[in-house]
Amino acid sequence: MSRNKPVKIARRTVIKFIAAAAAAPALWPGLAVQARKVAIEKGRKNHKGPAGTPSDPDLINPVVPWELTLSDEHLGMLETLCDMIIPADEHSPSAGSIGAHDFIDEWVSAPYDGMKRDRVTVTEGLSWLEKESDKRFSATFADLEEEQKTSICDDICHVASSAPEHVRGAQFFDRVRDLTAMAFYTTPEGMKDLGYIGNVPLTKWLPPPREVLQHAGLIPDDE
Amino acid sequence: MPKSQAEYDVIVVGSGAAGGMSAFILAVHGVRVLMLEAGRDYDPVTETPMFQLPSEAPLRGASTPEKPFGFFDATVDGGWQVPGEPYSSDQDVNFKWWRSRMLGGRTNHWGRISLRMGHYDYKPRSRDGLGFDWPMNYEDVEPWYDKTEALIGVYGSNEGLENTPDSSPGVLLPAPAPRVHELLTQKTCAENLDIPVIPAHLAILSRKQDADHWPARLFPNNPLAQKVVRQSMRERAACFFATPCGRGCSIKANFQSTTVLIPPALATGNLDIRTDAMVREVTTDARGRATGVHYIDKQCGEDRHASAKLVILAASACESARIMMNSRSTLFPHGVGNGSGKVGKYLMDTVGAWVGGQIPALENMPPHNQDGASGMHLYTPWWLYQQQARGKLDFARGYHIEMYGGRRMPGAWAFAGLGNDTGGAYGKRLKREARRYYGSYIGYAGRGEMIPNEDCYCEIDPSGAVDRWGIPTLKFQWKWSKHELNQARHMQHTFRDMIEAMGGRVTSTIHKDGADAIAAPGEIIHEVGGAIMGKDPDRSVVNQYCQSHEIPNLFVADGACFVSNADKNPTLSIMAIAWRSSDYIVDQMQKGTFS
Repeated sequence: MSRNKPVKIARRTVIKFIAAAAAAPALWPGLAVQARKVAIEKGRKNHKGPAGTPSDPDLINPVVPWELTLSDEHLGMLETLCDMIIPADEHSPSAGSIGAHDFIDEWVSAPYDGMKRDRVTVTEGLSWLEKESDKRFSATFADLEEEQKTSICDDICHVASSAPEHVRGAQFFDRVRDLTAMAFYTTPEGMKDLGYIGNVPLTKWLPPPREVLQHAGLIPDDE
Repeated sequence: MPKSQAEYDVIVVGSGAAGGMSAFILAVHGVRVLMLEAGRDYDPVTETPMFQLPSEAPLRGASTPEKPFGFFDATVDGGWQVPGEPYSSDQDVNFKWWRSRMLGGRTNHWGRISLRMGHYDYKPRSRDGLGFDWPMNYEDVEPWYDKTEALIGVYGSNEGLENTPDSSPGVLLPAPAPRVHELLTQKTCAENLDIPVIPAHLAILSRKQDADHWPARLFPNNPLAQKVVRQSMRERAACFFATPCGRGCSIKANFQSTTVLIPPALATGNLDIRTDAMVREVTTDARGRATGVHYIDKQCGEDRHASAKLVILAASACESARIMMNSRSTLFPHGVGNGSGKVGKYLMDTVGAWVGGQIPALENMPPHNQDGASGMHLYTPWWLYQQQARGKLDFARGYHIEMYGGRRMPGAWAFAGLGNDTGGAYGKRLKREARRYYGSYIGYAGRGEMIPNEDCYCEIDPSGAVDRWGIPTLKFQWKWSKHELNQARHMQHTFRDMIEAMGGRVTSTIHKDGADAIAAPGEIIHEVGGAIMGKDPDRSVVNQYCQSHEIPNLFVADGACFVSNADKNPTLSIMAIAWRSSDYIVDQMQKGTFS
């Protein structure tokens, strides 16, 4: 369980360098860019880059400008819950292992109305989860056995079909599930799991492969 | 630098589609231009986050009030709310005014959809008795559509469909092959609904421009123009079919004023740019001629004046109208060029409505790259002109259909709601469901024509409100007519039929009342009007060359001059009309008109 921002930023930086290195040399018109810059410096005044404000952040070196606010205790519970929602399998690691709980901290600590509402949902939900774990199993959520955690999650995993006393718990679970999926599927690990294979420069754009057209019923299957 | 009155021939206020094009055309013809931009300098080559993943951004790149299209969107200091730059409207109006305070304006992030207005679109009143006719015909503007498309680079095809003009041979770049969700839409629409689905037109280089051919074709007998255009075309790479266009493009494969118009304009040596220069007023002399502009130097907060022989407003429709209305004097008590009282009037946005769906045929798709050109490869132009002419529909004007879907890079909300949609999946089952449903969601957006009316306008806020620079702010009024509301309902019903014909499940609410389906005014960011063209100086603000009826050396070259707002996204027409206007200015200058 780590809540230290430097680790997270370092990971981001590494990803950025990898992406830039993969893309840069072959396709960027480097010499032409140099010529253009000279022309621009001649004609322009007031040149400066991003101001670093919320409406003009540095897009190349992103930072999270607000303080993270969740307690270590809440983060520990969230990490356990994130791993329940997206566990490791043969395709990819668990959501907790890629820091989904830290992302939820970033989300609910943000200075925006929607995120402030989510903060209430998440912290109240975690308190409920702790009480429920104690009530059912006389233990903290993080210490529960797998089937014990599952028995609680099964009661709150679907808002529409949950018992009246579990509706709020289900709303909490659904929000954490959305945020966990948001955290996970926007990372290289999550994208690989989905089979997203874009974001790479191509020299030529081709029509969909034959098997794809067949899959969608656009052409007949092979005999 | 000398501070004489004639330091510049022309001041261009704004640096986006109209400002960039005007400055470029004038500069390549040897006109000395000063461009004033209210936002900061911006360089897409060094500032564009091309390959960054959402996980590298705060909040996974999700929308915030300061970055409405997400963290990596190119927009700087922009959105429907800009700090320190308020506007108002009555409570039930809810007009949303988008600004992009940056060099290049909203061309840095726009959708690149480049559709020509057609014959009907220039003469709508003659056709159905509503709105106004433009003072010129499609044929009058057609050569500038060709030139603009060739200069900026637009992919697409010529299909010969009604009021959907073909480009001249060789002008368009090849349309990229459609993706599977687009092909499925096309097949379903053809077989079940008789709706055409054809290659979209987007300002993206599907291959490199012919830098040996076009400069001489576009600018015969102009060696300077040919030189800078040749250099510009050679510096632009072809699209590599990755990275979202809305972030901007560091390899210059799509159109931005900052990559396509401003660099060659600067290369002429005839353009100076002052950024952080917020224009508040056009100044005039005792004869009623424009002499220049007052602007706030935002870096020091001081008021400055710049002089020129001619002023072009290209600050975006509402901002140009605001500058005009704020330019009051004894000669022009209601603002410059506003003797008709029509400045600020007849604002239009685009009618927008949306429906999402989930398509089982697209589930569990074999992995393959569906990034494509970022934007759509196929679209549907308006196809019911004849039904409308026969009075079969309860709205007078058309819309086109934009389509979104496929296995694109997952964004922040890509799987929001998946748990509830799958009866509560979590754990390993949630991961299986994500793999199954990824790429099976589709969305159709309607973009339709709004007819100008007397109830949609902006004015200087009667409350006396000012922005952080002390400049009086705008107040908006808005009222849709039944044509827009009925059209929005028709859009939703059409999209529902399309999704159901594909065997899919509609995931949006289909509204009975168009008022619930239609996007808020200003939300589509196609606001035009406010200084409309016309032949009659009592009923319009500028002539067909964007020239003020009252002040011959004042031009309004942006969307403010639009007389109608066809379903064709306005940017391409803004540029074609601005180029035509600048050619007129050059011609008049050569005759000595403005000296």
